[in-house]
Amino acid sequence: MNKLITEPGNWTDRLKKNTIRLGYWTAAWVITLAIAAFGPKFIWDYARLPSLLALLVNLVAGVCWILANKQNLRDLDDLQQKIQLEATALSLSVGVVAGLGYELLEDIHLIGFQPEISHLVILMSLAYGMGVFTGNRRYK
Amino acid sequence: MKNRLKVLRAERDWTQAQLADALEVSRQTVNAVETGKFDPSLPLAFKVSRLFELSIEEIFQDNKSI
Repeated sequence: MNKLITEPGNWTDRLKKNTIRLGYWTAAWVITLAIAAFGPKFIWDYARLPSLLALLVNLVAGVCWILANKQNLRDLDDLQQKIQLEATALSLSVGVVAGLGYELLEDIHLIGFQPEISHLVILMSLAYGMGVFTGNRRYK
Repeated sequence: MKNRLKVLRAERDWTQAQLADALEVSRQTVNAVETGKFDPSLPLAFKVSRLFELSIEEIFQDNKSI
C-alpha cells in the first residue's frame, strides 16, 4: 500500500472562502440595489445626487460580485465547471427565448400589462437552479 | 473513454476522498471519472498520471479508433 500524502482542506478551504466572498458580494449588490430602487421614493425624495451615488455604489458592488463569481468559477474543478457551464447556458438560452417572446406578447397586444424584467430574472434563476440540479444528478 | 483509475486506486488502498484531495477535485469528480460518466481535462489527466507515476496511456484508453 502506498501512503497518499495530501494536504486535505487546502483546495476545499479556498472554495469555501470563494463561496463566502461571493455570498458577501451578492448580499452587498442586493442591498445596494434595494437602496437605489427605494431610496429616491422613501429617503431622499428623488434628489438627483443621492440617486446617482446610490446607482454608482450599486454598479461597483455589481462589478465586485462579477469578479467574485469569476474567481469562484475559476477555482472549481473540471466537472463542477462543466455543470456550471451547462446551467449557465440553459439559463441564458431560456432568458433570450422567453424574454423576447414575453416582450412580443405585449407588442402584439396579447397581454395588457408591461412585461417586467424581474419576471425574466426569476425565470432565468429557476432555469439556472434546474440546470445545476440536473447536472449534479447526472454526474452523481 | 475507459480508464483504470478505480483499479489503480484500489491497488494503493486509497479512498475516493483521499484521491480527490490529492488531485484537488471533488469526490463527485473522482467518482464520475471512475464510472466513465465524465472525461477529465488534459491538465487533470496529467495530474493523475503524475500521482500514479504512470503514463496517461497506461491510465486512460480511448475506445474509439479515429
